[in-house]
Amino acid sequence: MIELKHINKTFRVARRNAGLSEAMRSLFHKEYTLVHALNDVSFRIGEGEMVGYIGPNGAGKSSTIKVMSGILTPDSGECIINGRIPWKERKVHVKEIGVVFGQRSQLWWDVPVIDSFELLRDVYAVDDAAYRHNLDEMTELLNLSELLRTPARQLSLGQRMRCELAASLLHDPKILFLDEPTIGLDAVSKVAVRDFIRRINAERKTTVILTTHDMQDIEAIAERILLIGRGRILLDGSLAELQKRHSRMKRIAVDYADGRFLPLPGLTLQSGEAGRAVFTADMDALSVSEAIAHLAKEANITDISVSGATAEELVLSLYEEFQI
Amino acid sequence: MKKYWSFFRMRFLGGLQYRAAAWAGVATQFAWGFLRLLMFRAFYEADAAAFPMELGQIASYIWLQQAFLTAFAVWYFDNDIFESITNGTVAYELARPMSLYSMWFVKNLAIRVSRVSLRCLPVLAVACLLPAPYGLGLPASPKAFICFAVAMLGTLLLVVAFMMLIYIATFYTLSSLGLRIMAAAVCDLLTGALIPLPFLPEELRKIVELTPFAAMENLPLQIYCGSLTGAAMGRAMLLQAFWLIVFIAGGALWMQRSLRRVVVQGG
Amino acid sequence: MKDAFRLYGKYFSIHLRSQMEYKASFLMMTLGQFLVSFSALLTIRFMFLRFYEVDGFTYPEVLLCFAVVLMAFALAECFARGFDTFASMLGNGMFDRILVRPRGLVFQVIATKIELSRLGRLLQAILVFCIALPESGVSWTADKILTLVLMVVVGVVVFTCLFVVYAALCFFTTEGLEIMNIFTDGGREFGMYPFSIYGKEVLRFFTYCVPLALFQYYPLLYMTGRSQNRFYMFVPLFGLLFVLPAVLLWQIGLRHYKSTGS
Repeated sequence: MIELKHINKTFRVARRNAGLSEAMRSLFHKEYTLVHALNDVSFRIGEGEMVGYIGPNGAGKSSTIKVMSGILTPDSGECIINGRIPWKERKVHVKEIGVVFGQRSQLWWDVPVIDSFELLRDVYAVDDAAYRHNLDEMTELLNLSELLRTPARQLSLGQRMRCELAASLLHDPKILFLDEPTIGLDAVSKVAVRDFIRRINAERKTTVILTTHDMQDIEAIAERILLIGRGRILLDGSLAELQKRHSRMKRIAVDYADGRFLPLPGLTLQSGEAGRAVFTADMDALSVSEAIAHLAKEANITDISVSGATAEELVLSLYEEFQI
Repeated sequence: MKKYWSFFRMRFLGGLQYRAAAWAGVATQFAWGFLRLLMFRAFYEADAAAFPMELGQIASYIWLQQAFLTAFAVWYFDNDIFESITNGTVAYELARPMSLYSMWFVKNLAIRVSRVSLRCLPVLAVACLLPAPYGLGLPASPKAFICFAVAMLGTLLLVVAFMMLIYIATFYTLSSLGLRIMAAAVCDLLTGALIPLPFLPEELRKIVELTPFAAMENLPLQIYCGSLTGAAMGRAMLLQAFWLIVFIAGGALWMQRSLRRVVVQGG
Repeated sequence: MKDAFRLYGKYFSIHLRSQMEYKASFLMMTLGQFLVSFSALLTIRFMFLRFYEVDGFTYPEVLLCFAVVLMAFALAECFARGFDTFASMLGNGMFDRILVRPRGLVFQVIATKIELSRLGRLLQAILVFCIALPESGVSWTADKILTLVLMVVVGVVVFTCLFVVYAALCFFTTEGLEIMNIFTDGGREFGMYPFSIYGKEVLRFFTYCVPLALFQYYPLLYMTGRSQNRFYMFVPLFGLLFVLPAVLLWQIGLRHYKSTGS
C-alpha cells in the first residue's frame, strides 16, 4: 500500500547566461532560481495495482519515484509505504521494493549474469530455497537459461533488460518501480517485457509502478494512469475512462487512388503521403458519417478505417489540455 | 584558421564555467609549490654547498612550474579522444574536412592554453609578492626572458606532440590507462617535474639532457632562472626544435598508417 | 559483522574476476602504479646522493617514512577507492542504486569499487621496506615493531578518512574538489619526508588539522631512537580521532543529498 499526502519538494537551480562577460561574472557570483519539482502531490496506490506514471521530461516523475524509494526526502508532506516512511527506515523499506532503471544496469558488466544474481541474493539475504524457487521461475518466464552464464557486456539490450527484471525480483519485492523499462528495446523484447510484467503482477500480486514515454507500455500494462505536469498530479484515472472522456476524437485513416481533400472545421490532417492520409475528427463539431461524406466528395477512396484515439494521441491531447 | 579559433574560443568559455575548479586549482598549485619549496629549503639548510642551484633560482623554478602546470604537465590527456579510439567512433572523425592529426593537436593545445591562461596569473601574482629568496625572481636577463618565452612555446608544442604519440599508440593497445600512467611516471622524472634536472646524478643528467623530455618544461624553466645559459642554452633550444620536428613529422606519419588500420578493420 | 565480511568477500571475488577479464590492461595499470611510486623513490635516492641528511634524518630513515606512507596510501586507495571516485558514483547513478539496497551505505561504497591494480604501489612499498628495514639501524624489538604496525594501520585509517571527507564534499559540489588533492595525493607525495622538514607551521598543520604527521613524524622519532619517550609510540592512536569529523561530514553530506537528490 502506497500513500502520498501533500508532498512538496523545491530545488534550487543555478542560472547561467551565455556570453563571455557572463561567464567571467559567474566566476564570482551565481544566481539561483527555485523549481517546484513536486507541488502538493497526493495519491494512493493499493496492493497489486499496476499504475502508469506519465508526464513530459522534468515534470516530476523521477522525483516522485525517488521519494517513494527513499532516495529523496520531501520538504513537506507524508509518504507511507507498507506502513513505513521510506527515508526514515531505509533498510527495511528497500527490502520490499525492487527498482529497475531502464538506462542504468545493476548487473556487473564483466562477470556472468548468474554471479550478479548470487551477489544480490547475499545482499538481500534471501534464503536459499526462496532464491532457487525465484531463479527457476524467472529463468522459465524470461527464458534466461542461455543468458545466465554470459557476461552482461555481451548481452543485447533486450536480453539485458530481461536479466535486469529478474535481478530486481529475486528478493520477492512487494512493489516494483520500473523507470522506462522498454527504452531502446526492439519490438519483440518490448512485448516480452510487457507480458512478463503482467504475469508477475497477476501471479505474485506485485504492485507495479511504471514510468514510460512509450504509450504502448501504458496500453499493455497500466490499469490506471497518473499524469504529472510541472510538479502537480493533473489526472488520475483508468485508461478506459480517459479514452471514453476523450472519445470525441476519432482517427480516420484513408487510402485513396486520386483526388484531394477540402478543409472542414473539426477535421484535422495528421499525416499525409501519396495515397494515404490520416485525420482526426472532433465529434463535437461533426459526426463520423459527416466526416466520411466530406472526405469522399473530391477523392476516390479505396479504403477507410475509423478508430478511437490511440493512447499516444490521448496523451498528446492531455498534454495540450493541461499545457505542459 | 577561423575554425581553429572558434574551436579555441569554445574551449575557453567552457573552461570559464568551472569557477570553483579554477580557484581550487590555483589554491592546490600554490600549496603544492609551497611544500615543494620548503622541501628544497630543508635540503639547502642541510648542506648549501651540495645544492646545485641557488635557493632563489629553485623558488623561481617551482613557481613557474606551478603557474604553467596545466600547460606543461604531460598527464593532462583528453579523455574524449581515448574514448573515441576505444569505442571506434574515431571512424566518423575521418569524415571531417580537417586532418585528424591537426584537429587533435589544436584541440589539445586549446585545452591547455585555456586552462593555463585562467590559472597562471593568480599563482604568478602571489609568487611575485613573496619575499626573496622564496618568491618568483626576475629573469636572469632580458635576453634570457625572450629565450624563455620562445622555449615555452616550444615546450607547449612538444608536449602536445608527445601526447599525440600516446593517443596514436592507443590504436594498438586499446587500453590507454596503463600506457598513460607509465608515460606520466617516466615524464615526471625525466622532464624535471619532480626535481629539477640539475639534482640528478651527473652522468644520468648528461644522458637525460639529450632526450626529448629535457626539452619539455625543464628547458624554459632553467632558462628563466638562469641555471642554463650561453652555448649550453643555445644547444638545448636547437635540440628542442629538432625533437619538435621529429615528433610532429613522426606522429603525423604514424597517424596515417594507424588510421589505415582502423579503416581496414572497419572501425 | 561476520555476515558483512562474508559479503565483502563475495564482492571482492567479483571484482577480482572482472578485472582478470582484462589481464593486459590490469598488468599495465599495476606496472604504471608501480612506476609512479618508483619515480618518487628515485628522487629520494638522487637527493641523498648529494646530501647526507635532511633535518637530521638519514636516507634509510627517510625511506622508512616513505614506505609507511606509501603502504598506508596504497591500502587505503585500493580498498576505499569508492570514496576516492565518489563523484563518478554520484554522476552515473550508482549511489542511487546503493540507496535502494538493504545494506549500510559506507559498506556498499567500499565494496562497490575495489581497484586491485592499485596494489602496484603496495608492491613498491614492500620493496622499499625491504631496503629500509635492515639498513635503518633500528633494532627491531617488539615495541618498535608495534610502532611500525600502528603507523601503517592508522595511516590507512587517516587516508581513508580523507577520502571520506572528499566524498562527503561531493554531495555538495563536484567542482573545485581538486583542492583535496593537497591532502590525499599531497599527503603521499610530501609525506615521503618526515613533516618536520617543511618547518614548524607545516608540521603543526599536519598534526592538528589534517593528522598525517601523527602516524608519520612522531612515531618515527621513537622508532629511530631520536626520542625515548614512549608517548610518541602511541601518538598514532590520536589519529583515529579523525574518524569523528569525517563521519560527521559524511552524515551531513548524505542528509543534503537526500534533500536535493542531486
